[in-house]
Amino acid sequence: MCRLFAITSDTPVSPMKALYALDVMREGHDGSGVGLFLRDLAGPFEEMKDAPILSGIFTEDGIKRLDSYMIDIGFLTKYRITFKISKNPPPGVPKRDIYLIRAYEYPEEWEGLSQTEKQDRLLGLRLTLQDLGREKKDMIVFSFWPDTIMIKEIGDPMTVGKYLELDNERLKARVIMAQGRQNTNYAIDLYACHPFFIQGFSTMTNGENTAFVPIKEYLMSRGVNGYTGFYSDSEVFVHILHYMTNRLGLDVESYKHIITPLQDDALEEHPNGMFLKHLKKSCRKLIIDGPNCVIGVLPDNTMFMVQDRKKLRPGVVGGRAGTFAFSSEICGLDAFMPYRDKTKDFQPMHLDTVVVKPDRKEVNICHQTQRLSHLH
Amino acid sequence: MSSNTTIIPSSLSVKDLPWQIVWDKDKCTLCGKCTAICPVHAIELGVFRKRMVDVSLGIGAPPGNVFKTFYGIRQKTAPAYHCIGCAMCAMVCPSDAIMPCRTDEADKLRFHINQGGEPERRGGRRNSPGGVLDRIKFIRISMLTDPALDAGRHEFEMRTLLGRILPPEENIRFVREHGWIPPVREIYPLIIGGMSFGALSPTMWEGLQMGVAYLNEELGMPVRISTGEGGCPPRLLRSRFLQYVILQIASGYFGWDEIIHAIPEMKVDPCAVEIKYGQGAKPGDGGLLMWHKVNRLIAAIRGVPPGVSLPSPPTHQTKYSIEESVAKMIQSMYMAWGFRVPVYPKISATSTALAVLNNLTRNPYAAGLAIDGEDGGTGAAYNVSMDHMGHPIASCLRDCYQNLVSVGQQNEIPLFAGGGIGKSGNLAANAAALIMLGASGIQVGKYIMQAAAGCVGSESGRCNICNIGLCPKGITSQDPRLYRRLDPEDVAQRIVDTFVSFDTELRKIVAPLGRSTSLPIGMSDALGVDDAAVAERLKIKYVV
Repeated sequence: MCRLFAITSDTPVSPMKALYALDVMREGHDGSGVGLFLRDLAGPFEEMKDAPILSGIFTEDGIKRLDSYMIDIGFLTKYRITFKISKNPPPGVPKRDIYLIRAYEYPEEWEGLSQTEKQDRLLGLRLTLQDLGREKKDMIVFSFWPDTIMIKEIGDPMTVGKYLELDNERLKARVIMAQGRQNTNYAIDLYACHPFFIQGFSTMTNGENTAFVPIKEYLMSRGVNGYTGFYSDSEVFVHILHYMTNRLGLDVESYKHIITPLQDDALEEHPNGMFLKHLKKSCRKLIIDGPNCVIGVLPDNTMFMVQDRKKLRPGVVGGRAGTFAFSSEICGLDAFMPYRDKTKDFQPMHLDTVVVKPDRKEVNICHQTQRLSHLH
Repeated sequence: MSSNTTIIPSSLSVKDLPWQIVWDKDKCTLCGKCTAICPVHAIELGVFRKRMVDVSLGIGAPPGNVFKTFYGIRQKTAPAYHCIGCAMCAMVCPSDAIMPCRTDEADKLRFHINQGGEPERRGGRRNSPGGVLDRIKFIRISMLTDPALDAGRHEFEMRTLLGRILPPEENIRFVREHGWIPPVREIYPLIIGGMSFGALSPTMWEGLQMGVAYLNEELGMPVRISTGEGGCPPRLLRSRFLQYVILQIASGYFGWDEIIHAIPEMKVDPCAVEIKYGQGAKPGDGGLLMWHKVNRLIAAIRGVPPGVSLPSPPTHQTKYSIEESVAKMIQSMYMAWGFRVPVYPKISATSTALAVLNNLTRNPYAAGLAIDGEDGGTGAAYNVSMDHMGHPIASCLRDCYQNLVSVGQQNEIPLFAGGGIGKSGNLAANAAALIMLGASGIQVGKYIMQAAAGCVGSESGRCNICNIGLCPKGITSQDPRLYRRLDPEDVAQRIVDTFVSFDTELRKIVAPLGRSTSLPIGMSDALGVDDAAVAERLKIKYVV
């Protein structure tokens, strides 16, 4: 089983804090891998919020190929973080040449582009780099997006964190998602490791999505660049979120109405019943199944948690104004924020969506039977 | 040289027949029930002669012979009276003295069943046991990575959609702009397929309708039933029960005069309109109701004179192209009910199904596509059509679904599969396999007749006389002496039993797969088969 931990905080936090919380929950995961997503970055990246940051793992040859490719298309390095790694990685962690986190300056010809056009091109570029890397197995690219860093590796989360010296002033962030476990349902592949990312949206999941194949087929036929890969059955969660927001123009409170819609008798009584019935029918292929706790982040740094229709996975949200944490288990939350008001902890059930907005003032709970607040 | 016997080419012995009557003289009480009930008069009272050795007790007296006669059951051997194996004689015999047994070699009757140059026609089925669907297994079992669900206690949503579903973007825009959104029905995924009033007896039809009404109104299961091509009784057209009915229109347009005239008086809209272009059992051939069954009631409902055979043309005669045949007709039917009722075509499975489907994807009104495979049943057809024409449902359905996936319309045009589903008794397993291959729902006919009314048809050439109105169970007969054997209340009860048990079995299949929130349409990763060629063809896993 996976364990998840996410932080959203006004004060920048080290990702090691999240890994420590995962370590406390280690009885619930097998320590086979770790995935980190950092957003609303502090430190040196604070000054370059618009610069796209490339995160990935490269061989020596791969980095040369990357450099020549990026120079050819006019991207210049603006800033980079270098990990000084020892020659012998700890047991269970594979030997890599370079972990890359590098901010770029846009090429001059991108200057006049609209935001949407820029975002589409960044997505295309990430996919191209991933394809190039797959050809020669010399590049693994997790994200290429402003104000976003992703790190993924096989091995025990704490061990990997210490090995990469993530307790580092330059790596602090206000939004952090961490997941402890490689995907073990299929072949081990870093691309199958949560969190998953597309155009500013990111999700990680504890559980297995049994409706994976029909959903994957549906997403792949939407004609949206980037709905590819699907090394994990959980990757569809981020694509559904992206599709819902960018193509359907819906808010995060509609997410549950798409992935686990209400049954008909409840829809009859829902204030937006008519709209939701149509949504349920037209998005029927996006209905998930199986046990799932999903934690995600939107491009505006809103963080949310939803559960499957039967609430078969654990999940809890707690904290205080300014700092909230989303955790698989309460012990993880205790490890990160022992002095919070525990009576305010909230464990979302099968109808709940927990949302912490970018202002981090409070935990908002959207109950699926309530009226939608921002129906366009 | 002339023959000195009366043997003609079609003179057959009992041995030459497909079914032979085994009769036990010692048990028989000569009550005559078997000869009375035999629907084809294959047996009659026979007078037999026997010889007994008469041994005298006296010394020196020579033994002699005594010749006696006795009465018993004689099987007729004329092709017109051959035993059909229905075993009604065994059912009524109070002493279990009689039973038909299948011959141990290929019968000779088949070469002589075309007397007068008329090829054999029959009702029923293809008589080909087994098939791919029975070999498909459900191999993706949830246990530890995700927990298995509890088929008895968890919440399940086993519903499907019938109707054209718009892409999400368009649907949201149309809701906002109050545009026309095609009608969509949320129904149970097992549909009772088109068996017409006429093909079925009045008691059978009444029983089916009562059972469907009970399932809907008492058990909350939105089960739907297609009328087949034969119209609909006037009172049903004007009742609230019409909402559970899919009205079928086919190339003979039988009964549609009555239906059109009833529209202003309808209390509710029908569930849908099905336009039949083809039938799996006899693809490329039209419906057929033989004259035996066209009594005054049937004639009145269909708007025809009584006592004449009613062969529907093989195609809709007023149309000449797929655009007209499908698009115009669909649109006309939509118009008849003010665009509130979904209209979809039904075709027989064929290698050209993709051409039809692709046409439908471009027709914004098409509410679905029903595909009927070669194992589908019929009330009457030529043997050669039933035995040799048609396409299996599994690969046809799979091709169509994957075609929809490739054009991104897999949630927009629901596919309904029929034809031999559950023919070996595995209704839920066959249905679930087809759903996971891409069907939104399943149409079933013969299984319902067997389970709900006790049809004795098997997949081994038993009975199959639905065409001549002599159904020994009264299911497909229009003769009151026969159809009164069937109590509609009992049929309704069995319909309910059948659907409730099917529902439990369907949950028992999907729950271990970890599916409950929606019907697992297209969940092909759950399927496996022990034949590499089949696996490759259907794009499922090969497991041994």
